[in-house]
Amino acid sequence: MDVVELNGWELAEKLKGGEITSRALTEAYLERIDAIDGRLRAYITVCREEALRQADEADRRLREKEGITPLTGMPVALKDIFSTKGIKTTCGSRILEGYIPPFDATVVERLKGAGAVIIGKLNMDEFAMGSSTENSAFFPTLNPWDPGRVPGGSSGGSAAAVSSAECVLSIGTDTGGSIRQPAALCGVVGLKPTYGLVSRYGMIAFASSLDQAGPIARCVRDCAITLTLIAGRDPKDSTSLHAPVHEYESHLDGNIKGMKIGIPEEYFIEGLHPEVEKAVGESIRVLEGLGAECVEVSLPHTEYAVSVYYLVATSEASSNLARYDGVKYGLRVDEGGGLLDMYKLTRDRGFGAEVKRRIMLGTYSLSAGYYEAYYRKASQVRTLMKRDFEEAFRMCDVILTPTSPTPAFRLGERLSDPLTMYLSDIFTISCNLAGIPGISVPCGFTEEGLPLGLQFLGRFLDEISILKVAHAYEEATEWHKKRPPLGKLLGEG
Amino acid sequence: MEYEAVIGLEVHAQLLTRSKLFCGCSTTFGRPPNTQVCPVCLGMPGVLPVINEKAVEYAIRMALATDCRINHRSVFARKNYFYPDLPKGYQISQYDEPLAEAGHIDTETPDGRTKRVGITRIHIEEDAGKLLHGEGDDEASSLVDFNRAGMPLIEIVSEPHISSPEEAVSYLKALRDILLYLEICDGNMQEGSLRCDANVSVRPKGTKEFGTKTEVKNMNSFKFLKDALTYEIARQIGLMEGGERVVQETRLFEPSTGRTRSMRTKEEAHDYRYFPEPDLLPLVLEDEEIEAIGVMLPELPAQKKTRFMEEYGLPSYDAGILTSSKRLADFYEECVGLFNEPKTVSNWIMSELLRLLKEHNISMEESPVGAERFTALLKLLKGGRISGKIAKEVLEEMFATGKDAEAIIEEKGLSQISDESELLQVVDRIIADNPENVERYRAGKTKLLGFFVGEVMKATRGKANPQLVNRLLKERLG
Repeated sequence: MDVVELNGWELAEKLKGGEITSRALTEAYLERIDAIDGRLRAYITVCREEALRQADEADRRLREKEGITPLTGMPVALKDIFSTKGIKTTCGSRILEGYIPPFDATVVERLKGAGAVIIGKLNMDEFAMGSSTENSAFFPTLNPWDPGRVPGGSSGGSAAAVSSAECVLSIGTDTGGSIRQPAALCGVVGLKPTYGLVSRYGMIAFASSLDQAGPIARCVRDCAITLTLIAGRDPKDSTSLHAPVHEYESHLDGNIKGMKIGIPEEYFIEGLHPEVEKAVGESIRVLEGLGAECVEVSLPHTEYAVSVYYLVATSEASSNLARYDGVKYGLRVDEGGGLLDMYKLTRDRGFGAEVKRRIMLGTYSLSAGYYEAYYRKASQVRTLMKRDFEEAFRMCDVILTPTSPTPAFRLGERLSDPLTMYLSDIFTISCNLAGIPGISVPCGFTEEGLPLGLQFLGRFLDEISILKVAHAYEEATEWHKKRPPLGKLLGEG
Repeated sequence: MEYEAVIGLEVHAQLLTRSKLFCGCSTTFGRPPNTQVCPVCLGMPGVLPVINEKAVEYAIRMALATDCRINHRSVFARKNYFYPDLPKGYQISQYDEPLAEAGHIDTETPDGRTKRVGITRIHIEEDAGKLLHGEGDDEASSLVDFNRAGMPLIEIVSEPHISSPEEAVSYLKALRDILLYLEICDGNMQEGSLRCDANVSVRPKGTKEFGTKTEVKNMNSFKFLKDALTYEIARQIGLMEGGERVVQETRLFEPSTGRTRSMRTKEEAHDYRYFPEPDLLPLVLEDEEIEAIGVMLPELPAQKKTRFMEEYGLPSYDAGILTSSKRLADFYEECVGLFNEPKTVSNWIMSELLRLLKEHNISMEESPVGAERFTALLKLLKGGRISGKIAKEVLEEMFATGKDAEAIIEEKGLSQISDESELLQVVDRIIADNPENVERYRAGKTKLLGFFVGEVMKATRGKANPQLVNRLLKERLG
């Protein structure tokens, strides 16, 4: 196996033991990127020189045994939604053309502090709005398992890069499933932590009350390790929790005997792809075989999730995206027609169709006369959905659902049909609305060879339980060990 | 028909915190454009606000000082609108759940009555930046200075309890005094630290229903407030008498013409699309926290005035003037501590010291005459070293030179002449020089005593002890 395909925790041992240097490892990933990214297009920016410089610094730290963490010397990539000091940050949009942040996001600061090597910035749906990465203003990213299909989204670049070993792991963001859904569609592990566990400072906002950063990796252990290093209270983010950060990795003992796993009836709906249903059914048997007890639970307000989500998220987005007006940074289109004209031209040319659609939806639902019926009502239903989960978690320790109702769909297939596209997130959205943690792990393949994902949802701040069960499941199965056939991307197929 | 005005004021006060409301940038006024900015107050992508605890404390001070009910939970909200000076495209403010509600301020009406004006609400919000027109490379363009963006403000909204321009001025003065006493705002209206908008309507006197209101903006002095309201009330009455309707709109006061002009009508008003700010948690305040701030509250103008009247036996007028600023009131009390004649001190401050400060165009803080020197002068006066007239001259000299009274008296030989034999010589000389007037006096025209006193004073360059001169003249003139 190529060194780049090893898991992070395996590489950490090699780096620590001096078997490999961070520079050599970074160069190996850069080679992989050079070989396939011309077609895969997971990266918007590759930070070649900065990465090698950071790698050398990491090698020094490793040699001198100075503050070594499991990520020291590890080539990590970021969704291009995280502000990186001195490195262009696009958020997948033209409106940020030419913008170079003068500061690092807290997540980036922490990764750098841990000694990670920032190898590049990954493609995404514009402003994280989408489920296929086709809404990127620059180019779509392909699914490493089938170049005719999407990698999911909005962290599609992040999932595709991890899946095809263009980095050890990546950091994505999840507003309604944007870490878990692409992880499922690309056959990797994606963790969305509890809202407020990882700082949002410097992460470009889509929907502030839902956005949360988290790791995407090729195994559960890497997600656990990364979470410990990026989580924790940040005084720069008022919504960041005063909660203890755990050594999550130490809880991954494979023992889930007696653990209660809730299966919500509302998630096994019509329209669920038969192969997804089958894979999830088999997963339940695997878990039972490990000694877990599966119980039926109910989340009665699930049917409102998509509606509530698209009111709350678009409302917040309409306000969050008001700052892109051509005045201060990024794109400015000024044809001499005055202020209003500059606003209109800048925002018209700077934003893509989906972003405009959501700004309009959000503006509408916050407008006088509609606020009560839309935003306010959605907030109330959101509270009910939180209560659903609290009730359900009295009966079980974690909840199991499919991550996505279908495997990866074809490029272009849903572009003209936003509503179907919105339904890609139907199983992942509730978790964001409730603020609870969720993880997607590979749970099988379709006959065509497309990966499928299994989702575990946990109690507020109970990352330990979902990581534990996901890890036990992973240990008991072989799905995560399969790697995509890169031949097609290399032009061999 | 007789009309009455119904006025409510919305006052924005900039808080004297060292840093901005949601970031660590300095709040110093008058720095070069865009030098007091950071990613947060520039609204760069991904930044988040963190509330300045000091600003909350200051806002609570104001709420307590105006007897408001402080909400244990208040919520920040986004007020959305596009303008180049508004970096995020929304202002973080408070909307349906403000910090404090239902308070009041007692003010004095022109005829001396006390009037209680209700405070609807007090909330915390951030300021916007400032547009600079025609200062760029080409005249048509405008530049933005974000130094002011994110400055902490409180908005104090009054009930429509104000019925005249004079009352409005008196309310705003009382409000400003409180802010100054609390040391939470510098109250500078020219620099915009204190800004005022007014909601104005008129109705036939005695009726209960409100007329259609207009909102008047841009009144950055007490005079402009009075002028704008006077004009606007007359304008609205004029419309009604002419059978026309008042249109609900926002109007701008123009100091150059003394008029208000329409800025935007109700139809053109923004829909601000308020919603709870998801980047900030609700502001939760415990009783203990509020009480701790309450305990630290200083004595307020109204309380101090009452105390001055009781403790020092001052008339209401004196007490009002002396407590009109905290600095002046403190000065007065310092003086009384050094020279325990409250009324004398009050007279000399009000008639002489304040006049000199005004003439020299300086503030109490800049006064070259401190309490020690000021009372030393009053002591010399009381001890008979100098006369009242000389004391006034000496005080002026103290202002001009910064020297103390004793030195000036010595230098200029201004000591009062109280030596009877020395004065007798002068008295006798004056009597000898004015035989005709002496005769008229003795014939019964006793009013001429003043003439003789004047002559003696002239001859002694004002240094003669007036009481002694009087007695000696009377004796000699028989």
